[in-house]
Amino acid sequence: MFLIAIYAASGFFVLLVLLLFASLVKGSWPALAAFGAKFLWTSEWNPVTEQFGALPLIFGTVVSSTIAIVLAGLVGILAAAYLAEFAPRWLARPLSFVIELLAAVPSVVFGLWGLFVLAPFVRVALAPSLQHAFGFLPIFSGPISTGTNMLTAGLILALMILPTVTAISREVIVAIAQDLREASMSLGATKWETVSRVVIPAARVGIFGAIVLALGRAIGETIATTMVIGNKPVIAASLFAPSYTLASVIANEFTEANGDVYIGALLELGLLLFLVSFIVNGLARLLLFTVLKGDRA
Amino acid sequence: MMAVAENAPRPRSYGLAIRHAISFFGTALTAVCASIGAICLLIILGYVAVQGIGAVNWTFLTSLPAPVGEPGGGIGNGIIGTGITVGLATLLAAPIGLACGLYLALFGRGWFPEAVRFLSDVLSGIPSIAIGLFAYVVLVAPFHHFSAVSAAFAFALLMLPIILRTSEEAVRSVPRTMREAALALGLSEFVTTMRIVVPAARPAIITGLLLSIARVTGETAPLLFTAFGSPLWENNPLNPMAQLPLQVYNYAISPYKSWHQQAWGGALVLILAVLVLNVLARAVLSSRWRR
Repeated sequence: MFLIAIYAASGFFVLLVLLLFASLVKGSWPALAAFGAKFLWTSEWNPVTEQFGALPLIFGTVVSSTIAIVLAGLVGILAAAYLAEFAPRWLARPLSFVIELLAAVPSVVFGLWGLFVLAPFVRVALAPSLQHAFGFLPIFSGPISTGTNMLTAGLILALMILPTVTAISREVIVAIAQDLREASMSLGATKWETVSRVVIPAARVGIFGAIVLALGRAIGETIATTMVIGNKPVIAASLFAPSYTLASVIANEFTEANGDVYIGALLELGLLLFLVSFIVNGLARLLLFTVLKGDRA
Repeated sequence: MMAVAENAPRPRSYGLAIRHAISFFGTALTAVCASIGAICLLIILGYVAVQGIGAVNWTFLTSLPAPVGEPGGGIGNGIIGTGITVGLATLLAAPIGLACGLYLALFGRGWFPEAVRFLSDVLSGIPSIAIGLFAYVVLVAPFHHFSAVSAAFAFALLMLPIILRTSEEAVRSVPRTMREAALALGLSEFVTTMRIVVPAARPAIITGLLLSIARVTGETAPLLFTAFGSPLWENNPLNPMAQLPLQVYNYAISPYKSWHQQAWGGALVLILAVLVLNVLARAVLSSRWRR
């Protein structure tokens, strides 16, 4: 009896996930039928004429996530190296805890802070100085009319995924065999040489897994992005221009959408997010599984 | 091992002093990176505390939102609404999550348990907004009515993977011999599990549960088209219901200064709730009742 109950619960769980996929496909069917694959590479998003192309949204999602992953990847891996290898024991534990608490901050609070503190800072200080120094690059040229733009969204996302990169990379680095460190040190390498040229290269598969996992978070993040990205479906080279992401469009327009095609198009964006995160998380699991032996992955 | 040997440091032409200097600065760089996250957390907490403390008082915590321009008004219905929704979600997710976790820990080999684990990992990475859309399609659209139940359903889906994996690990960490001894004494499978295995794993299970509650308490995206929000006191979960994160969001993106103040106040309450849940989760795990 008891066994049947726990079997049933597991079966129910599997059914639930399959139902999730099926209902998103069913709901987006009107849009799938109307636009087909064209949905992915046309760039007109116009509810009035019922023309829906997701290209500007895909662009905004990809670019903002890329900014986030580059920044959080660099800082997160080095932070993980410090926590796992260099930090004294009394400092490593509380510091890890504080960084993990950053992951617990609700996204609406990140958005609030981003909107009222980070965005004005980007507009009056960060963006002008970047333009002054690197204005010859297309990504740092163009007018700085608002603080809610691609750069601000990328920065907020970087901050939000930093704990993911740091915590998982730290676990991966800790799991590297002690022999390697000892062998390297006994050959006369300094601590830094050991970490940067032996330990981190040995952990690279798992670290890559951590980055892929964090990428999934950045792609799907909704509320904070919506509050700071400016919400305009345009494709601009400049990072100082407003943009829009897949998730933000759903958040802004879903409750006001009417008509099967419009709702279907928004549900299709949700389906796209589902499929992308399915692939990304599957990949991350594969990469981390071998390293952490399934503890976490 | 071969790959590592190729990467091993080779003799360098420069001196040991320079190598030690590089080592020192490299280490310092990693320390700076590690402190960035911590400093950002402190800055955010500081801002929310300073901006929010002026808004928070007893009236703010216990009254309905006021229309723009009117003084006062609060987040009382949002706090209640979030409490009801998260409570319902916990009631939905905890039994199923725990049962799945037990199943995986006790019979965790073969293709089906692997499939459950895989789906659970994938589900934990699905954006909450996509889960909200799912809840909309199955529980809002058919009834043409927003409801707190649909929000609780979305929250439960967000909580399930966390509960499932933490309870699996918790039960797995209980020595197999305890279970075998109980079964050898003639106890049934059910009694063994519920009276011997689960109590031994209890602190870790509760930690997972608290973390999953903390995870959804601040969640906003799926609420937009499930619970929807409401300006009233609402206790019926079949109706649209006010939600604290949603109130913070709506106040923040409004053009009114006085509402921004309310948003900071709401954010302070929200962040305190989430941080307390997180710290509590750690405290349970590290406490002495662990057997």
